[in-house]
Amino acid sequence: MASKQPENSLLGPEADSQRTLYPNVTGTSVVALKYKDGILMAADMGGSYGSTLRYKNVERMKAIGKHSLLGASGEISDFQEILRYLDDLILYDNMWDDGNSLGPKEVHNYLTRLMYNRRNKFNPLWNSLVLGGIKNGEKYLGTVSMIGVNFEDDHVATGFGNHLARPILRQEWHENLSFEDGVRLLEKCMRVLLYRDRSAINKLQIAKITEEGMTISQPYSLKTYWEFSAFENPTQGAVGSW
Amino acid sequence: MSSIGTGYDLSVTTFSPDGRVFQIEYAAKAVDNSGTVIGIKCKDGIVMGVEKLIASKMMLPGSNRRIHSVHRHSGMAVAGLAADGRQIVARAKSEATNYQSVYGEPIPVKELAERVASYVHLCTLYWWLRPFGCGIILGGYDRDGPQLYMVEPSGISYRYFGAAIGKGKQAAKTEIEKLKLSEMTCREGVIEVAKIIYNVHDEAKDKAFELEMSWVCDESKQQHQKVPDDLLEEAKAAARTALEEMDAD
Repeated sequence: MASKQPENSLLGPEADSQRTLYPNVTGTSVVALKYKDGILMAADMGGSYGSTLRYKNVERMKAIGKHSLLGASGEISDFQEILRYLDDLILYDNMWDDGNSLGPKEVHNYLTRLMYNRRNKFNPLWNSLVLGGIKNGEKYLGTVSMIGVNFEDDHVATGFGNHLARPILRQEWHENLSFEDGVRLLEKCMRVLLYRDRSAINKLQIAKITEEGMTISQPYSLKTYWEFSAFENPTQGAVGSW
Repeated sequence: MSSIGTGYDLSVTTFSPDGRVFQIEYAAKAVDNSGTVIGIKCKDGIVMGVEKLIASKMMLPGSNRRIHSVHRHSGMAVAGLAADGRQIVARAKSEATNYQSVYGEPIPVKELAERVASYVHLCTLYWWLRPFGCGIILGGYDRDGPQLYMVEPSGISYRYFGAAIGKGKQAAKTEIEKLKLSEMTCREGVIEVAKIIYNVHDEAKDKAFELEMSWVCDESKQQHQKVPDDLLEEAKAAARTALEEMDAD
């Protein structure tokens, strides 16, 4: 049962059938920002199967230990695998029972190593991750891509969020946003993504992490406005359309 | 003390004419010479306590942990050779994470006890291995509620509602039998365990000791953890008072 591979491949005969070549079920953008008490993160609940919006109840944000929150876009099964790795990591950390616990900076570093090493083996975990958290008053927000590119910033996004949400955040984000302002800003970003990203669905969750812990909202939808005059008689004046 | 092996005690793969395996019995002696370890099953969880005999005044309090978490919901207290105990704990952790990975749920305490016991027993079957010189008290909280198991160097494992190993095990067992465990909460159990350990500690033979306690109960959200510092201090104070009252008689 040999799989097809180029003749100059250095890998063994069965190796190709094991490597990730393309994603199957994917999640779209995650957007996150630092605010007064911690981190706010938003992601919709859609899982696309190619161009079909097949799954509409996918939670793409999870708490990691006491201090961190992980959001993922890309292949959902790889996200679940990453959660398994992190679960082991947090478990071993808890078993020390010595009053210390892994903070967001440490988890972000671990994820960076994980993603980069998989990329070097040509078998990536097909995700873009957002890792935010707060420990001992210090807020932290970082991101890692599937090729291991990592950085931290006051606001981050994955996928289309980088093109549509980040410009809004660059204009309107400021230090010490209140919770309400933060949510309003995130909703503004998610609304634009909803209008313009075809793999976005109108069912999102907003998660926040503070010193007290992580809370994630119930799924809800954004109000959208379609009464723009440009949408009335859209073909008027258009040449060659029906 | 006990009967001499005279030739039948050189290997763990040799039976004596009266059907004993002396090497295993000698391993049990290593356990009997260590500081007392007790565990009790209260109505809402398990409490375990260790009398950590301090070898040197230079040791940092809180170091040399004798009670280890094996997974979120269970932990084990070790008596006997500490290095042997570390090996068993490592194996138990590995079994627990493997079970979780395969079956998707935390390992039932019964299953964990069986795996630890068969690992300990394994090392009594081959002449190139020696038996573990430690006794284990394993406490956990799963779907069937809180459970307490004890594993001996022979590989025997039984389920208990109260167990004690080490130097003061006889005296400790008597004390435990006096307790009404089915009506006790873990909060009360912590105080009782502290009292028993302070009681069975032999001031003449062993100078200083440190009390280490852990619990897994409803109050700790079914997670195995060290008893919180404030409760530990309360327990130590109650135990010291009880001792003084006894001495005053």
